[in-house]
Amino acid sequence: MITASFAVGLYMVSLTMSPSRIKLYNWHKWAGMTILTLAALRLYWRLTHRAPSLSASMPRWQAFAAQATHIALYVLFFAVPLTGWMYSSAAGFPVVWFGLIPLPDLVGKDRELAELLKPFHWMTAYALASLVVLHILAVVKHLVMDDDNLLGRMLPSMNGEKS
Amino acid sequence: MNRLNVELKFTAMLLAFAAAIPLTASAQQKLLPAQSEIAFVSKQFGVPVGGKFKKFDAELAFDPKKADAARVSFTVDLLSADIGNNETEAELKKPGWFNSAKVPQATFTSTSVKALGGGKFEFAGKLAIKGISQPVVVPVTLTQNSGVTKAVGSFTLKRLDFKIGDGEWNDVSIVANEVAVNVKLALTGIAPL
Ligand code: HEM
Repeated sequence: MITASFAVGLYMVSLTMSPSRIKLYNWHKWAGMTILTLAALRLYWRLTHRAPSLSASMPRWQAFAAQATHIALYVLFFAVPLTGWMYSSAAGFPVVWFGLIPLPDLVGKDRELAELLKPFHWMTAYALASLVVLHILAVVKHLVMDDDNLLGRMLPSMNGEKS
Repeated sequence: MNRLNVELKFTAMLLAFAAAIPLTASAQQKLLPAQSEIAFVSKQFGVPVGGKFKKFDAELAFDPKKADAARVSFTVDLLSADIGNNETEAELKKPGWFNSAKVPQATFTSTSVKALGGGKFEFAGKLAIKGISQPVVVPVTLTQNSGVTKAVGSFTLKRLDFKIGDGEWNDVSIVANEVAVNVKLALTGIAPL
């Protein structure tokens, strides 16, 4: 879903103004708001449930990097949609979720503020995309090179360590 | 002393009189642009998108007690539309929308004015945008306070009646046909209600 939002985001800003562009913008915002909701649920889950501890065989720097990446991912899960939402409000376009639920404006309509916020949205989005790629590469590395059953810990149904 | 006093009074009177002359001459009715507002709201894919016109003017000959004889006309500078978003504003100027380079003004000319009582009036007239003229009826409520008359009215127009958003944009599921227009005016020189 994040990948789709990212791709649609990149594509839609390349279009000239047209009815389909307006549709894409709105779909992008709806998906983004859904991600924000899921991120909140996920954070709640994470805060109320301990994550399985990392394998002891993992080098310290990797454990640290994993921790940092996870924190950064959580921050960006919120930062990307929130900056998008703020930008949209400042630009004078309130978000109406799925065309049904009008959401409050985070900031007032303000041309200068909108221009100020715009780069934050794409910068955080790019950062999130890079992190996701990095993260997946790291997982693949564990899977292929280390064979330390990292994925098994993520999926309870696989016969990994008991979490 | 006494004499000086009388002279001063006389001069003061003269001054007051002189000052009063332009006042009576400007019983002519005027719009106070800084305190007036013409705003509109349309919907894009269900999302309300509002804007304002920054430049407009009115010519009035309106006596609340003789509403039947009133004549009111408006010009709105379409190039002055402020939506708070450069991209949408650039789009709005294009031929498919306002075509404001070619027909920069919208006009409203009253054809009949009805007093409904209680400071309420109904202004019927012709609204012309992009050279297309359509009848509209605008209910207006007037209130007066220390010489300034406030007029508040709103109406809904159908943008496609004026070919606003022609061509690929005529799909009303993207940009709704209905556009709400909200007018708030401050006027001077209007006779008491
Ligand atoms: C995790 C969710 C999201 C991701 C990954 C994402 C990603 C992106 C990307 C990659 C772009 C293109 C930036 C550029 O290259 O200029 C973009 C643009 C945009 N996004 Fe998002 N976005 C998300 C959520 C949201 C939300 C929730 C909103 C609004 C409520 C939003 C509103 C916008 C807007 C208005 C633009 C266009 C900016 C412009 O006109 O240049 N986004 N987004």
